Amino acid sequence: MNLTLKVWRQNGPQDKGHFDTHQLSDVTGDMSFLEMMDVLNDKIIREGGEPIAFDHDCREGICGMCSMFINGEAHGPGRGVTTCQLHMRSFKDGDTITIEPWRASAFPVVKDLTVDRSAFDRIIQAGGYVSVNTSGETLDANAIPVPKADADEAFNAATCIGCGACVATCKNASAMLFVSAKVSQFALLPQGQPERKRRVTRMVEQMDKEGFGNCTNTGACAVECPKGIDLTNIARMNRDFLNASVTGQ
Amino acid sequence: MSSSGILKSSLAKKYAMALTGLFLCLFLVGHLLGNLQLFIPGVEGQTAFNEYALFMTTFPLVKVLSYLTYASVLFHVVDGVVLTLQNRKARPARYAVEKGSANAGWSSRNMAVLGTIVLVFIVTHMQNFWWKMHFDKAMPTQTVNGVELKDLHTVVMNFFDPAINSMAAAAAGLYVLGMFALGFHLWHGFSSAFQSMGVRHETYTPWIERAGQAFAVLVPAAFASIPLYLFLTQA
Repeated sequence: MNLTLKVWRQNGPQDKGHFDTHQLSDVTGDMSFLEMMDVLNDKIIREGGEPIAFDHDCREGICGMCSMFINGEAHGPGRGVTTCQLHMRSFKDGDTITIEPWRASAFPVVKDLTVDRSAFDRIIQAGGYVSVNTSGETLDANAIPVPKADADEAFNAATCIGCGACVATCKNASAMLFVSAKVSQFALLPQGQPERKRRVTRMVEQMDKEGFGNCTNTGACAVECPKGIDLTNIARMNRDFLNASVTGQ
Repeated sequence: MSSSGILKSSLAKKYAMALTGLFLCLFLVGHLLGNLQLFIPGVEGQTAFNEYALFMTTFPLVKVLSYLTYASVLFHVVDGVVLTLQNRKARPARYAVEKGSANAGWSSRNMAVLGTIVLVFIVTHMQNFWWKMHFDKAMPTQTVNGVELKDLHTVVMNFFDPAINSMAAAAAGLYVLGMFALGFHLWHGFSSAFQSMGVRHETYTPWIERAGQAFAVLVPAAFASIPLYLFLTQA
């Protein structure tokens, strides 16, 4: 199929940026979106141009590196997929595809379609962990009984790959879905209890400090999340934060 | 965490939005029940409404509630403006293509605009009725059992009577428009308030959402039916 690609080009964080338009032919439906980008970059390089910078790593939907806002949606039109899992069969011959980076002041553009998502790392550093005794006396995790429903729910939260689609999609660039998943994965398990209040307080504090927007419960994040993280996590975090604020910590 | 810390937090602002919003939902119910007396015909309706208006402006407990309501409206507005400005700042560069309708409802994406329309409605509404009831020296009166009552009933009747107010049709129309904005605002706002407070449950949340949608349709519709009825029966 033949496609018209409008791609955001930005030479560094301070650059104003602009759209470049490319014509690409012989795209097959079996290509992933990233493979299509590889073909485009190959063409640009052969024509003596500068290839488009975009993030990618595992290319199997588990690393969370690939981003891209495609035709007005994070990771493009598919549901429950990352950009590397999006196939060109989702598009038609003659389509124009607009490709933009994640846009949020907390995710500054590094170059072209690559953004700096280290704000997420700093939120994790603020409290998204469990302090474990590593003296050799550590209790075997399997020895602590956990109700099946809680274990499943904690696992669902833990499937968040930190890609940032929730922030990119949210009209307020809010990071609530990400942060609440990272709070929930510990809040639901016995190992997470000792630091539960401190964790939620610190992570929310850091989230605010990074300049993410406020949640208005539109639910767009959960729809676009490639891992199906749902709004229950946000409600749990709202509850935990309120509890931590009222009872101290 | 210090108490000043929680107030600065984004979540605290959301709790405030939710609590003031839900309190204003209660106010709507109370206000609506009072307004429905405008359907009672004749002197009987006039007396009932005016006695109710007197009660609402003088009974101490109602006074406390009314100050709470003013405070809630103000806080809801200021908090909403602060949140909206922060949200704008969080995304300074807009997307060239943004498919908002692909993943979120219309009213949830337009709460600020809808809220602004409701605020304009509230200001004009208070100017037309609340201001007259409280401060207008030329207010008509009704004498019931030797007691002189402020005749708010007649003020309302005249306001929507095209023979007396040349703008009655526009007033009724704008009232209905205001109620549409309120309805869409509540369509998202009611259940959203529960989510912000962390009230979410597999079984009960669908019921909260349904209740919110019923509230969002029925309450504004009932409000809007009154000026429409008054205008059409007097036209």
